[in-house]
Amino acid sequence: MNDLISILVVVIIMSDFLLLAAGSLRAAVRIIGFQGLALGVLPLCAHQNGLTLRLVAIAILVIILKAVVFPRLLLRSLRESGAPRTITFFVGPVSSLLLGIFVLGSSLWWGYLLPLPERSPYTLAVPMVFFTIVTGLLLLVSRRQALMQVIGYLALENGIYAFGVFFAQSESMLIELGILLDVFVGVFIMGIMVFHISREFDNIESSQLSTLRDWFRGSRRPAGGGGTLR
Amino acid sequence: MILLVVIVPVLASLAAMAVRHTRARRALLILVATAHAALTAGAWVVRPEPALGGWMQLDALGLIFLSIISALFLAAAVYAAAYLAREQVGTRQDFEESFLFVNEPEAVFVGCLLLFLGTMSLVTVSHNFGMLWVAIEATTLSSAPLIYFHRHHRSLEATWKYLLICSVGIALALLGTFFLASAASASPERGIPLVLGELLAHSGALDLPWLKVAFLFMLVGYGTKMGLAPLHSWLPDAHSEAPSVVSALLSGALLNCAFLGILRIGQVLNAAGAAEFGQGLLLVFGVISVVFATVFIVSQLDFKRMLAYSSIEHMGIMAIGVGVGGLGTFGSLLHAVNHSLTKAMLFLVAGNILARYRTKSTKLVNGVLAELPGSGVLWMAGLLAITGTPPFGLFQSELTILRAAFGSGRYVVAVLLLLALVAIFVAMAAIMTRMLYGQAREGSAPSPGEAAAAVVPPAVLCMAVLILGLYLPPALNGLLREAANLLDVRL
Repeated sequence: MNDLISILVVVIIMSDFLLLAAGSLRAAVRIIGFQGLALGVLPLCAHQNGLTLRLVAIAILVIILKAVVFPRLLLRSLRESGAPRTITFFVGPVSSLLLGIFVLGSSLWWGYLLPLPERSPYTLAVPMVFFTIVTGLLLLVSRRQALMQVIGYLALENGIYAFGVFFAQSESMLIELGILLDVFVGVFIMGIMVFHISREFDNIESSQLSTLRDWFRGSRRPAGGGGTLR
Repeated sequence: MILLVVIVPVLASLAAMAVRHTRARRALLILVATAHAALTAGAWVVRPEPALGGWMQLDALGLIFLSIISALFLAAAVYAAAYLAREQVGTRQDFEESFLFVNEPEAVFVGCLLLFLGTMSLVTVSHNFGMLWVAIEATTLSSAPLIYFHRHHRSLEATWKYLLICSVGIALALLGTFFLASAASASPERGIPLVLGELLAHSGALDLPWLKVAFLFMLVGYGTKMGLAPLHSWLPDAHSEAPSVVSALLSGALLNCAFLGILRIGQVLNAAGAAEFGQGLLLVFGVISVVFATVFIVSQLDFKRMLAYSSIEHMGIMAIGVGVGGLGTFGSLLHAVNHSLTKAMLFLVAGNILARYRTKSTKLVNGVLAELPGSGVLWMAGLLAITGTPPFGLFQSELTILRAAFGSGRYVVAVLLLLALVAIFVAMAAIMTRMLYGQAREGSAPSPGEAAAAVVPPAVLCMAVLILGLYLPPALNGLLREAANLLDVRL
């Protein structure tokens, strides 16, 4: 069993690197779907008190949502928006990869230092969780398209979910269902928003969304003014 | 009974989306708001029994916040019904940039409004940390379509920021919830469920380092939603672009829900004997928020954004109150009540001004007192109330928090707070009086008289704040004390 877990953990880490390196939106959606699949299988292997019906149900639900529904939803809003399919960057793929290697290295280092609640046999689990969360945050801030921000949010959520699988299995079914439902609705609404953004601006770059701010008053429209004078 | 406050609005929201008839839908909105208020009032008389095996409970703390939500929603529902009747159907012109846009379908708006009420009520009765998380995230999701009521690029931007920043913040809070589970499972008594009562009963057994990390993550996560600086960046945009009635609910009710999330984990932290840790963090975030808000209020040119920054200020004051502890906790809860009533009232009045002048610029609005006498008087009363002028309720609560801060020897915090309050008073008074006085605009049509539904709800809220400043009803006083005791055993 432990071998299988190690393989899954490595697969998830690899998919994080692929996400950081991805150049096309379509590929990024596929990768996040693949990561969702690996995550879905994870609770089947990483159980502590035997394989219960509850874990199987969770696994099936997660696989359906993260590996099938989310990618289809995102691919659909990508198709309908008719926007360019290549990712545009604030921080390029090479620098992202280098950053990723640095983050993974440092999380390997302090993953051993962290006092874990249960003496866990999965030494790579904590670095994987941390690396996936940071990957998500990095994608959120360093990619220009709204769709990539949704994918970043999903990666962040995947990392948190993985932590739950490894270290917080005491929660009851209802809560997990609620969490899944919230994430599902969240991605659903975000998908709709991506569609609206693309229709409003002819592309899905969230960097277009920069009218509202208080910091740099010089480049800002006069607050609320103008309309009545024009 | 306890289930009803959640189920009724949720079912009604489904009904509202299905109903074809516009008037019936608006009537449903007011009806549900009234029913919800009646249920809440009933909870004051007889505290409802816990449900779902203790997962849903209404304690004093929850009841305070539930009452705020219920009262504000009733006022907002009456206002919203009139607002929706006033809104033009079909394509219309934006008054800032002159492009054309349409509104969201009204069925979606009313449905989401009711769903928003249901999810916020769920936050106040959740005693399980997992369910609390689900409920707070659900408030984000149900309110996002409300902000995107006017379908144009500015509100789209505001909604996107709101959705993304709050979702990421809430995701961090989920991580915090898992850390809390770790703290519970690392204890000698394994497998303490994440129910508040159980955690408090076994607080000595919780693993302290994990609990502290859990608090930190939940503070950052829920703090993002509460609007604590520097995590507040979604707040001014969402509040300025949403319809005023939604801004009123966001500011008066939603921010409090996130605050309640922080208070819940604070309860566990206090019981486990790490109160100092939590209080220190709350003080830091509180002071940063107040200072941040001051800077942006002073230079503000948009009156809805000014109110939004004022919300950040007051959230900071509430965080400081709990951070000081003791009497400050009591003051903070009282402040939550006062601030919600006042801010909701101000946003509703701002909606009236916006509808009349068709601009959010503080420079272009003049002579409100002459053009809109009712709203003008309320705007002035709101200005006095929100800046903590006696005899309004906020004066009492701010004074309580300041006294507690001085009493506990936190002089730096107290002096900073005092300076910020003075600066904000001067800035807001300058902005708002400029809007109030002066000539009515040239060539403006004589005021057609203000609709009762646009003036009465804010007027009632205003009266409530005034009364709270002069006389604190014993029932409310008792409830606030009970809630403060839950948080802080030293009181």
